[in-house]
This record gives sequence, structure tokens and C-alpha cells, in this order.
Amino acid sequence: MPKNEQFVRFDKVDKSYDGKVLVVKDLNLDIAEGEFITMLGPSGSGKTTCLMMLAGFETPTNGEIYLDNNPISNIPPHKRGIGMVFQNYALFPHMTVYENLAFPLRVRKVSKEDADKKIDKALSMVSLSGFENRMPGQLSGGQQQRVAVARALVFDPAVVLMDEPLGALDKNLRESMQYEIKHIHESIGVTVVYVTHDQGEALTMSNRIAVFNDGKVQQLSSPDKLYEEPVNSFVAEFIGENNRFSGQVTDFSKDKCKVKLNDGSEILANPITVKSSGEKTIVSLRPERALINTDEKMENNFKGKIEEVIYHGDHTRVRLNLLGNNDFILKVPNSSANMEIKLGNEINVSWNSFDARALDPK
Amino acid sequence: MSSETQKILTTDGIPLEESLKKAEKKNKIKAFLLVCPLLLFLVITYVFPIGDMLFRSIDDRMVTNMLPKTYKAMEQWDGKQLPPEEVFEGFYLDYKKLVEEKTFGKLATQLNYEKNGFKSILKKLKRKITKFEEGNYKEQIMAVHKRWADVEYWRALKRRAPAYSYSKYLKGMDMYENEDGKIVQVSEDRRIHKILWVRTVEVAFFVTVFCFLMAYPIAHLLATLPMKYSNLLMICVLLPFWTSLLVRTASWMILLQQQGIVNDFFVWIGLVADDNRPEMMYNKVGTYVAMTQILLPFMVLPLYSVMKTISPSLMRAGKSLGGTPFVAFWKVYFPLTIPGIGAGCLLVFILAIGYYITPALVGGASGTLISNHIAFHMKSTLDWSFASAMGLMLLTGVLAIYWVYNKLVGVDNIKLG
Repeated sequence: MPKNEQFVRFDKVDKSYDGKVLVVKDLNLDIAEGEFITMLGPSGSGKTTCLMMLAGFETPTNGEIYLDNNPISNIPPHKRGIGMVFQNYALFPHMTVYENLAFPLRVRKVSKEDADKKIDKALSMVSLSGFENRMPGQLSGGQQQRVAVARALVFDPAVVLMDEPLGALDKNLRESMQYEIKHIHESIGVTVVYVTHDQGEALTMSNRIAVFNDGKVQQLSSPDKLYEEPVNSFVAEFIGENNRFSGQVTDFSKDKCKVKLNDGSEILANPITVKSSGEKTIVSLRPERALINTDEKMENNFKGKIEEVIYHGDHTRVRLNLLGNNDFILKVPNSSANMEIKLGNEINVSWNSFDARALDPK
Repeated sequence: MSSETQKILTTDGIPLEESLKKAEKKNKIKAFLLVCPLLLFLVITYVFPIGDMLFRSIDDRMVTNMLPKTYKAMEQWDGKQLPPEEVFEGFYLDYKKLVEEKTFGKLATQLNYEKNGFKSILKKLKRKITKFEEGNYKEQIMAVHKRWADVEYWRALKRRAPAYSYSKYLKGMDMYENEDGKIVQVSEDRRIHKILWVRTVEVAFFVTVFCFLMAYPIAHLLATLPMKYSNLLMICVLLPFWTSLLVRTASWMILLQQQGIVNDFFVWIGLVADDNRPEMMYNKVGTYVAMTQILLPFMVLPLYSVMKTISPSLMRAGKSLGGTPFVAFWKVYFPLTIPGIGAGCLLVFILAIGYYITPALVGGASGTLISNHIAFHMKSTLDWSFASAMGLMLLTGVLAIYWVYNKLVGVDNIKLG
């Protein structure tokens, strides 16, 4: 069976709660069957609203959402057959784990034997076999989360929505749950729409990430592309760390441009959004793309003064004053070769023009 | 056992338990002193009055103390025929003393409770007693009124001999101890208390049901509306609560009377004819309507406090898992509100079963409850021991309901807020 590339489709969807402000603006988004897509963005960016519209708890103000080519705006939530994992788990506190999982099956009138089989399978998938008779209150946060995942999957929905499901867990548990959810997704091939504001979570789990800001999708691409090739300064700033130089384009060619910084020095950059010379721009450079004292020939070479050194175990974070930017961050792997990194020293920093992305000035 | 050998000692060698007690002693005393005022208040205003009421309901010493010689003489009397001369002599001496002390009226009242007709013959006896000659009191007393020759009256007198009796409780259940000492029901046409008990429970039950039906949606709305609307609604719920009970009841009288606003409205919309206005007051309808309105906040508040804690995502989860809105409500939301329902129903039922002012004002004859009857005996007949007995029966009934409720729902499941 060929994969449906438009399994879930947001078509020109607008959403407003008060008739004055658009929370979601002209959203067009295609989600392929079996894909793990993450909606990532700061709070208030409209990502949860999108999820709620897909689940059926909110109606689009304009536009239409399609599930497997059928418009679903007029279908009530309970008929959509979409599984959902809520932020606070939303397990039914008066039912045992078994009854919680049996709920979606019972309303679908699945026979007792089939239901038992499915519940067994779902519980073993989240490695909670034997917990059938526990009440949710007797489980730890991580276990409750697993039950919530199992409950959302037990009735074999075509799409599973997850609304910041790991937000309430501590860091270690969150990381192990990330892998667990990813593995479950890989093993059963269900389409997952995942909402989070944690970029690390988004990068590790997703096939594709939709970065939301201000009601719009800023960029939709795979995690590596999103990190390496942000298309605008919001994405560059939101995902990972970056060093920023603001300036003006003075010379423009097809794949290179010269940017004059505020302190008068000029750097070579890769034009992404700038189209001609004279435009204002922000140049974004990932910390790990700038090297110190390297033998490689690179197009940008500058001297910077070390302002701060923070030891991180596997690497050292160095804050430099470089080209008038007092917040230039470098990540230096800890090895014996880098012994001269001391407060107040001057070091050579170089990077390729390709990695310095000239983006919109915002 | 081994517990002796395993006693844990502190580093100083004092047993741990003792050491702990010592350390906690000061705090315990402080805590006790803090609750002391409340404890005293409860003892004075709650334990004493109820104890006194219990005592009063069985205390029958008044008659016993008034007629000591009579009852002494009656000890030998078998009660089958008229008592012997000694009894009459004793009664003469006792009664004469009461007449001299001018306290015979109380005796007349008390004995009249036991048997109708006692009052008049005692009054007659009072007038004649000063002219009695010494000796042969039996003849002289029987000559005063023919009822003095009726053995029934002497038996009634003997029944009041014990210092303590449970006869008031029997009376409250429309029963009495007949001449043979058997407990029997009073004749059919005099069983008023039974009607009152049944009516009281019935009114309390239906008021609870009506309150529940009305309060559930209100509480749900209160719990789910955004803050600015829910505050307003809360004030609407509580506003009547802050108004005097009498004012509220009186306003219901204005609304419900035959020439009242509700009736006017019915006539105006053509629901009833002008000359055929329904009676909505001085009967059960009035009691139901007014009591439901007055007790509604007691149902709304516990329900609200429970509903407030139910996360809205639970209903959403129910729906997203495929439950219709009704199934999600019935299987998820409703079971979670049971603690609130329990608390509200218990509260309203207990308040309703002893309700007094509202039924007294709008109840009329067919809408009065047991509490009104108790008040009647407190104020009008002054039969305090009977009123006490009925009050205690009411209390016992409430406790019994509480017990049954505990068995069914479990008191742990109650949440008052």
C-alpha cells in the first residue's frame, strides 16, 4: 500500500478565539502516514490550538482539516478515532489501569476476549504488564505516562496526538520516555503528532518538526536540516545556540555576501533570506562551527579575547569578545591541545562563510 | 515476648517511647489548650442540652414525688379492682398537701396526659377536699365524682408510679402501654405522629432530590465557567444565603399565595382561570418549593468544591477515546462527583428533616413536619418531656440514616470542601 503523503492535511486553517486576534494564521501542513511530526514553539505560538483542532476540541475559524482525505471539521471528537495523550495524563482516577485501557474498547463494543488481548499487548508494549489492577494514584509519574500512552494506542487509532506528554516528568525519566515513545512509534508505525516546547525533545524524536511562532509555521523540515539550515532568524535562535552579528550587506553574489558589521569589520556569509546589497541582516553562526587556532583554511579569521570560561565536563564553553559582539560563544572539546584557553587570552577564531547564514534582521 | 528485649533506647539510655512522650508533652498541652475553648463550648451548648433532653424525656419523677403516700400504699394493690382504703387515704393526704401548696395544677396537667378527664375530677376534688371528714376516705372521694369510682383512673394513676418511663417514646410512635402492660397501637384515627414522621421523611427526601437535580448543573457551570462569570454566579447562589431565613420564607409567601405573583402570572399567560387559582401555599407544595430554594446552597457548595478539582482534560480524554459526550459524562465525570453528591445530599437531608421555620410559615396543616409538632409541644401544651422524646427520636433517626449512608457510600468518600 503506498503511503499517503497527505494523511492529515491542514488546509488554509485560521483560528481566532475572540474575533480580534488570529491564534493560527493560514496554516497549511501535510502530515504523511506513519510520520512522527512535532509542533515546536514557544508558549502561545498556536501549536496546542492546532492539536486541539485536530482532536476536535476546537473548531477552525476558517479552512478545513482533512484526515485521510475526509474533511473532519464537522465530526465530533469521539467519532474521529484519534488517540490523545494529555499533558497531565488525564487517566481516570476512579478506574484501574485495566479499566482505563478498556474504556475506549468498551465504547467500541469490542468483545471481552479481544479487549483483553489488546490490553495485554498495549501494556506489554509500555512494559507495564502485571499492573492491570493498580489505580492510577498508585503509580509513579512515569508509569502513569506509560498508561496514558498505552490507552491512546490500545484501540489502534490512525493518528495519535501527544500534548506535551513529558512536561511533568523529571529530566532523566523524560529522556528515557522520549526513546521509549520513539521506539513504540517505530514498531507500530502509527502517525504521531507531538506538541512540545522542548527543542531537545523535538530533535531526538521527530521525523519532521514544524516550528511555530506567532500562529505561523516558520519552518517545516527534518531535525538535522532545522538545526543546520534554519531559514530565518527566529528558527536559528529558537533551535539550539547561535552567535549573532547584525550588519548590512555590502557585496552580494549568488552564494556569498559580504556583511559590514556595526563595528566596521566585514565578514563573509551565506545569503539565505537577503536578496541584494544594502539590506540589513543578522548573521547566525552555530558555536560548534567556529574553530580556534585551526590549520584549515577558512574564509573568516578573527582574533577574540576570552571573557569567560565555563567547564562542562566533556566540553568547555568559552565566551569571547569578537568583532564587537561580547556574547560570542564557542564550544571547545576538552583535550590537552586546548590548554591556552585562559581568561584574558586572545585566540584566533575561524569559520567558513557557508556556515554563517545571513538571515532576516527580524 | 520479644518486644521487651527489642525496646529501642535513645543514646542516653531512656526508652525511645518515653523520650518521645516527654518531648511531645509540651506540644500536646499547647494543642489541648488551643482546643479547650471549643471543647468547653461544645460541652456546654451541645452535650449538656442533649443529655438534659434525654433525661427529661424519660424523667417522670414529678408525679411520683407529688404523691408519695399514694404510691407507697399502691405497692400492695394488684390493680384488678378498686384500690383499698389505704390508697385513698394516701391520695387524700398527698392531694391535700398539694392543694395547700397550690401546686395541684401541675398534677392535674400531668395526669390528664395519661388519661383524659383527670383534670376536671381533680378540680372538683380540690373544691370538696377541705370539707372532708376524718376516716373512710374511699367513700368520700368516690362521692365527689363517679369517675373516682372507675378503676381505669386508678390504674392510670398507678402507671405513673415509676420515676422513669419510656411512655413518651411510645406516644411518639402512636403506641401506648395498655392496662395489661402490653404495648399496643392507638386507634387508627388518632395516629397523627406516624403521619408526621412519614411526611417529614418524605419531604426531606424529595427536597434532597430536587436540590440535587437543580444544584448539579449549577455547580458544574460554576466549576467550568471562566472566573469573572463564575464569581458572579457564585454570588447569585450565595446571595439568598446571606438573607435572613424569615425574609426569604416571607418572600415565598408573597410569591406563592393565591393572589400572589406566581398565580397572577399563571392567570396572565392563561394557564389557569382567574377564579380557579391553584393553592401553592399552606400545603406540601409550598414546603417543597421554599425548602428547596433555601437549602440549595448546601448542595451547590460541596458539589462545586468537588467539581472544581476534576480536570477538564478528563472529559476530553473520555471523548477522544471514543465515548459520546453522555458516556464520557456518565462513566468519567459523574463517578468522580460522588463524594460531593454524598456530602450535599447528607447535608440537605439532615437539615431538611429537622426544618422548622419554613414549614411552620408556608406549610399549613398538610405541610407541617415533626419539628413543628415538637415546637407545638414545647410552646403550647408544655409537655416538654414528650417534645424531648420526639427530638431524640429525630436525632436517632438522623444517626441511623448516617449509619446506613456510611455503609452504602462510606463517610470517607464525603467531601465537604
